[in-house]
Amino acid sequence: MTTDTVTGDGKLSASRAHVRAAGWGKGLSILTRITVMALRHPWQTGLAIGATFIASGFQLMIPLLLGRAIDEAQGIGAGGSAASVAQDALLVTALLLLAVSVLRGFFTMVQNYYSEAVGHHIGYELRLACYEKIQRLSFSFHDSMHSGDLITIGLLDLEGVRMYFSTALVRMIFLSVLIGIGAYLLLSTDVVLGLLALSFVPFVGWRSSVTQLKLRATWLDLQERLAVLTRVMEENLGGIRVVRAFSAQDHEMSKFETASRSALSLAHQRVGIRVANTSAMTFSFFGAMGLVLWVGGTKVMAGEITVGTLASFLTFMTILQMPVRQLGLMVNAFARASTCGARLFGLLDLDIAVKDAPQAPDLTLRDGTLRFENVGFSYPAAPDNAVLTDLSFEVRRGETIGIVGPPGSGKSTIAHLIPRFYDTTAGRITLDGKDIRDVTLRSLRRAVVVVQQDSFLFTTTIENNIAYGDPWAKETQIARASESAQLHNYVLGLPASYGTVVGERGVSLSGGQKQRLSIARAVMLKPAVMVFDDSTAAIDAATEQRIRSAMRLNAGERVTIIVAHRLGSLMHADRILFVEEGRIVEQGTHAELLARNGRYRALYDLQIRPGDDALTG
Amino acid sequence: MAEELETERADVRDDGRRPPRAVVGSHRIEEEIFGKVFDKNIVKRIWAFVRPYRAKVALAVVAVLVFTAMQLAIPLIIRYAIDHGMQPGGDRSALLAALIAFGVAIIINYGASYAQETLVGNVAEDVLFDIRRAMFSHLQRVSLSFMDKTEVGRLMSRLQGDVNSMQEFLETSVLSVGDITLLLGIVVVMLYLDFGLGLLTLSALPVLFIVRIFWLPRARKSFMAAHETNSVASGALAEAIHGVRAVQGMDRQSVNFTLFDDKASANLRTHLTAARFAQVMVPIVDSLTGVAMALVIVVGGARVLGQALDVGVMVAFLFYIQRFFDPIRSLTLQYSVMQRAMASGQRLTDVLDVRVDIQDKPDARALSADMDGSVEFRDVVFGYNPKHPVLKNVSFKVNPGETVALVGPTGSGKSSCMSLIHRFYEVQQGAVLVGGHDVRDLTQDSLGRQIAMVLQEPFLFTGTVLENIRYHRTEATREQAIEAAKAVGAHDFIMRMPDGYDSILGQRGGNLSLGQRQLISFARALVADAKILVLDEATANIDSYTEMLIQKALVKLLEGRTGLVIAHRLATIREADRIIVLQNGELIESGNHAELMRNGKLYSRLYNLNYASFDDIPEQIIEQAAAEGAT
Repeated sequence: MTTDTVTGDGKLSASRAHVRAAGWGKGLSILTRITVMALRHPWQTGLAIGATFIASGFQLMIPLLLGRAIDEAQGIGAGGSAASVAQDALLVTALLLLAVSVLRGFFTMVQNYYSEAVGHHIGYELRLACYEKIQRLSFSFHDSMHSGDLITIGLLDLEGVRMYFSTALVRMIFLSVLIGIGAYLLLSTDVVLGLLALSFVPFVGWRSSVTQLKLRATWLDLQERLAVLTRVMEENLGGIRVVRAFSAQDHEMSKFETASRSALSLAHQRVGIRVANTSAMTFSFFGAMGLVLWVGGTKVMAGEITVGTLASFLTFMTILQMPVRQLGLMVNAFARASTCGARLFGLLDLDIAVKDAPQAPDLTLRDGTLRFENVGFSYPAAPDNAVLTDLSFEVRRGETIGIVGPPGSGKSTIAHLIPRFYDTTAGRITLDGKDIRDVTLRSLRRAVVVVQQDSFLFTTTIENNIAYGDPWAKETQIARASESAQLHNYVLGLPASYGTVVGERGVSLSGGQKQRLSIARAVMLKPAVMVFDDSTAAIDAATEQRIRSAMRLNAGERVTIIVAHRLGSLMHADRILFVEEGRIVEQGTHAELLARNGRYRALYDLQIRPGDDALTG
Repeated sequence: MAEELETERADVRDDGRRPPRAVVGSHRIEEEIFGKVFDKNIVKRIWAFVRPYRAKVALAVVAVLVFTAMQLAIPLIIRYAIDHGMQPGGDRSALLAALIAFGVAIIINYGASYAQETLVGNVAEDVLFDIRRAMFSHLQRVSLSFMDKTEVGRLMSRLQGDVNSMQEFLETSVLSVGDITLLLGIVVVMLYLDFGLGLLTLSALPVLFIVRIFWLPRARKSFMAAHETNSVASGALAEAIHGVRAVQGMDRQSVNFTLFDDKASANLRTHLTAARFAQVMVPIVDSLTGVAMALVIVVGGARVLGQALDVGVMVAFLFYIQRFFDPIRSLTLQYSVMQRAMASGQRLTDVLDVRVDIQDKPDARALSADMDGSVEFRDVVFGYNPKHPVLKNVSFKVNPGETVALVGPTGSGKSSCMSLIHRFYEVQQGAVLVGGHDVRDLTQDSLGRQIAMVLQEPFLFTGTVLENIRYHRTEATREQAIEAAKAVGAHDFIMRMPDGYDSILGQRGGNLSLGQRQLISFARALVADAKILVLDEATANIDSYTEMLIQKALVKLLEGRTGLVIAHRLATIREADRIIVLQNGELIESGNHAELMRNGKLYSRLYNLNYASFDDIPEQIIEQAAAEGAT
C-alpha cells in the first residue's frame, strides 16, 4: 500500500470509481479484515448473531399465531366448535402471542445492542490506531497530505467502517433468515400463494440496491459541489475586506449563485431518484398483496384455505416489507465500508519513513559536538531536485552558528534534518560522533529542539503551552522560561495570567507573541542542541536583543543554530554560513564576511540601506 | 491492530497518574442545541421563506392526507373482502368489488406518495438554499464592524448547520401532519368498527406515552453525552493532525496517546450507554403490541365465536395494531427536531437582523471616472465605539496625483483613515470627500470602482492566478492581466509555476510566499485601474530579495494615481510627496521628509533611531520620543 492511495485531490472522484467497482476484489479483503476485527470480540459478536437468529424466528411465529387465532375465533380450531374449548384455545394462542412478542422484543434488543457495541469497539480501536499512526508518520507524509483529507479519513471513513457490522453484516443475516425460513413456511403451506406473497421481494430488493448505489454516487458528487459552495462562502467571509474594497459584492453573489444552483439542481435530482424508487417499491408491494388477496380470496371461497391462513400470509408480507426495502441501505453500507476501509487501512498500513533502528540505544551525550558530514538531501516528493549538496560543518558545545541565504536555499531544511524530521539522502549527521540514525528518536528529540517557523499553539492555557514538552514542569520553571523569552510581563498583564487560554478557540496572540511562546517552550527543555528556524522574524529587534542576552546565560552548555533572513538575528554568531542552492558558499564571522565583499555583504547592504538597488546594481 | 496499540507510556507515572499540565484537544463550548419547542416569532420568520412555495406546501399536505387515508383504507378493504366475499361459496362480486377498491386505493396511494415526497423534498431543498442565499447576501451588506467581531467559523455554521436543521424541520413537519392524522385515523376507525374492543385495545396507547415521557429526558441526556464526547475526541484528532510538527518536535506522542485514549474510552462508554437507552424501547413497544393483540384475540375472538363480531373486523384490528405505535415513535422524535429548529432559527434571525448601517442614499450619484482624484478629510471625528474616538478632528487634503504617506505608531488611526475613504464606516462628524464629493452622497459601487485598495494581508481566492489578478474586472483581457503582472514584477515567478497564469492557487494562495501573494495583489490593484490607490503596506517580515521587488512595484503602482499609503518602511516614506504623522487620532505634523526632519518633532526622532521600519521600534521608545517631541 503506497501513500498514493490516500493522497491527491482526486480523492472523491476516485472513491466514486470505487463505488462502481463496489469492491469485489480488494473490497472483499477489506470487508474480511473488518469482520476479523469483529471476531476479536467473540462473545459480543456471538450474542449479536445468536440473538439475530432467535429474533427472526420469533418474528416468523407472529403471523402463524395470528392466523391460528383468527381460525380459532371462527371455530375452525383443533378442538372442534364447542365454545368453551374454542375459548380456551384462543386464550392459549393469545398468551403464546404475548410471550412471542415479548421475546421478539427482547432478542431484537440484544441483537441491536450487541451489534452496535461491536461496532463501537471496532471504532474505538481504529480511532486509537489512527491517532497513533498520524502522530508517528514523518514530516514527509504530512507535507504531501492535506490535513482536511486526513481528518476525513479519521472521522468519516472510520464511521463508515464502524457501521459495517451493525448496518451491513448483522442486518443481512437477519434478512436472509427471515426470507429463508419465511419462504419455506409459506411455500410449504401453499405454493401458488407463497410465490405471489414473495413476488415483490426480488423487485424491491433489486430496485432498492440499484437506487442506493446511484444515490451514493450522486451523494459524493453533491458533496463535491457543496464543498465548492462552502469554499466560495468561506473565502468571501474571510476576505470580506477585499470584497468590499473592490466593491465586488455582485461578483461574489454571482459566484455564490453559480455554486448554489449547481448544488441545488443535483439535490433536486436526488429527490427525484429517491422518490421514484420509494413509490415504485410501495406500489409493487401492494400489488403483490392485491394478488394474494385475489387468489387467496378465491381459495377461501373454494374452501381450500382458511381466512386465518390468508391473514397470516398478509401479515407475513407486512413483516417482510421493511427489511426488504432496507436491502438498498445494506448494499450501500457494504459499498461504503469497503471504500472507507480502503482509505483507512491504506493509512494504517503506511510505513513510517523515519523510525528507530532495531535495538537502537538511547543517545548519551558527553561533549555534544554536532557534525554534518557531506550531507545531501532531496524531498521525497521531488527526488531529483537536490535541496542540499555535500554539506559539511561542525559546531561545538557553547558555539553559536548562523545560517543565512536567499529563499529556497535550503537553510530551513538544515534545521529540520538535525532532529530527524527527515532523513538525509546522502552523508550523515553525528552527535558526539554517533550517527543520529543509530539512536532512538525519542532520546534524539529530547536532545535537539527546533523552534519552528510557524509556532503552533494548542488550545489550552499559556502555562500548558509552555510546558508542552515537559508536562510535569513546576510553575517556577515555566515562569523562568517565559522570562528568558521576554513573555513573562506580557502574560502577567493578561486577565487570567498564565491560566489564560490561547489558540484556536482562545485569546489570539500576535505573531511575535506566538514566537516568544515557542521560544519559552524550547527553553523549558534545556536541550543540548537548540535550533531557531527563522523563529524571531516577527519579534521586534529590541526584544530579540533581550531574548538573546537571556539565552546567552545558558548558551555555554549547548550548541545553538540560528537560521534567519534578518541579519540582525545572527550577526553576533560565532560563525555564519551563507547558503545558496544547498551549498555553503561563504563562511566566517560577521566582520570577516563583510570584509570579503561577497554575497553576505550584498545582503547586508540591501537590509541596512533599503531602497538602494545594491543587489541588482 | 494490537501491535499498533503497544506504546511506551513512560510519560505517564507508573501509578497511572497523568501529567498535570498535559491536555489534548479542547473542550469546545457547544452552542445551545435545543431551544423552546415553539416560538411564534421564529416560526413567522421561517414562514416568510416558505411562503413563496405555499401552493406546493398546501398540495403536499393534501397529498399526505390522501396517502394517510389510503393507509387507513387498506385494512378496511381487506375486512370487507373477508366479511362479504370470503366464505366458502360466498359472494364473488363482493370479492371483485373489494379487489377493484384495493386496486384503486393503491394507485391513489402511489400518486399521493409520489406527489408528497417530491413536493416536500424539493420545497425543503429550495427553502434551504433560499435562506442561505438571503443570509449570504445580507452578510455582503452588513457593516464591517459586525464582520470584524464575528468569527468566520461561526458564520459558516449558521450558513450550513443551522440552515440544514431548518430543512430537516420542514421535511419532518409535513410528515408529522401525516403521523398525527394516521394516529387519529386509527383511533377513530377502531372505535367506529367496534367501540368496546377499540377502547380496550387503545388502552395500551397511553402506557407507551407515559413510558416515553419518562424515557425521553434521560435518553436525550445520554444521546447528548455521546454526541459531546464524540466531538471532543474528534477535536483532539484534528489537533493532532494540525499540530503534528509541534507534537513530534517536543516528543509528546506517548503522553498524547494516553490522553487521547482517555477521551476515546469516554466516547466508547457514552455511546454504549446511549445504545442501551435507544434499544430499551424495542422490547417495551413489542410487549405493548403483544398485549394489544392478545386482548383482541381473547376478547374479540370470543365475540367472533359468539357471532357478535365479524371476523373481518378482528383481522382489521390486528392489522391496525401493528401500525399504531409507529406514529408515536416518530412524533416524539419530531419533538427534538422542533427544539433544534427553534434554536437554529433563533441564530439565523439574529444574523438576518443585523442592521445594514451603510446604504446608498435614494438620490446618491455615481462617481464618474473623470473626477479629479483628490481626497479630503474635513474635521473628521470617528470611533468604532462612539465614546472613544479614534480620529479626533482630522483634516487634510491629498491633491490629484500626489502620494501621501500616513505614519504613526500602532493605534494612531491610520487604518481608520483608510477605511473611511472607502466608506467602510460612517464618520461621526465632519466629512470625507473624494473627487470633491462627500462619500455619503455617492453610490458605494461607483466609489469602489474609483478606489483600489491593497490590504496588509494579501488575500487570494481559490482559482487560477489569472482569475485572481483580474478578480472582479472580469472584462479585463488576459493580456491586460499579464501586462499588470509584468509591471509589478510578478511575471517571472508566475511563469515558473507549473501552468503559468493558469496555475491553480491553493487555499488562500497557500502555495505562494507572502511576498509573492503581495505582488499578485498589487497586480490585481493595477488591473482595477482606479484613480485613487489606498495601500496598507505589509508589516510582516518578507525576505530582503522579495522586499526589493515590492518596493519597485510600488513605484509603478502609484504612477499617475492619487496614492494614500500607510507606510511602515522608511524607504517608502522617504519617497512620498508628503508625510502625514498621526498620533492618538490627531494629525501632529505633515510635510515632506526634509521639512519634517527640520521640524524636529516625532518623525525626526523616530527616524533618527535608525530602525529599518517604524514597526521595529519598541513601544516604550515611541512613547519616549513622543514625549520629547511634545516638549
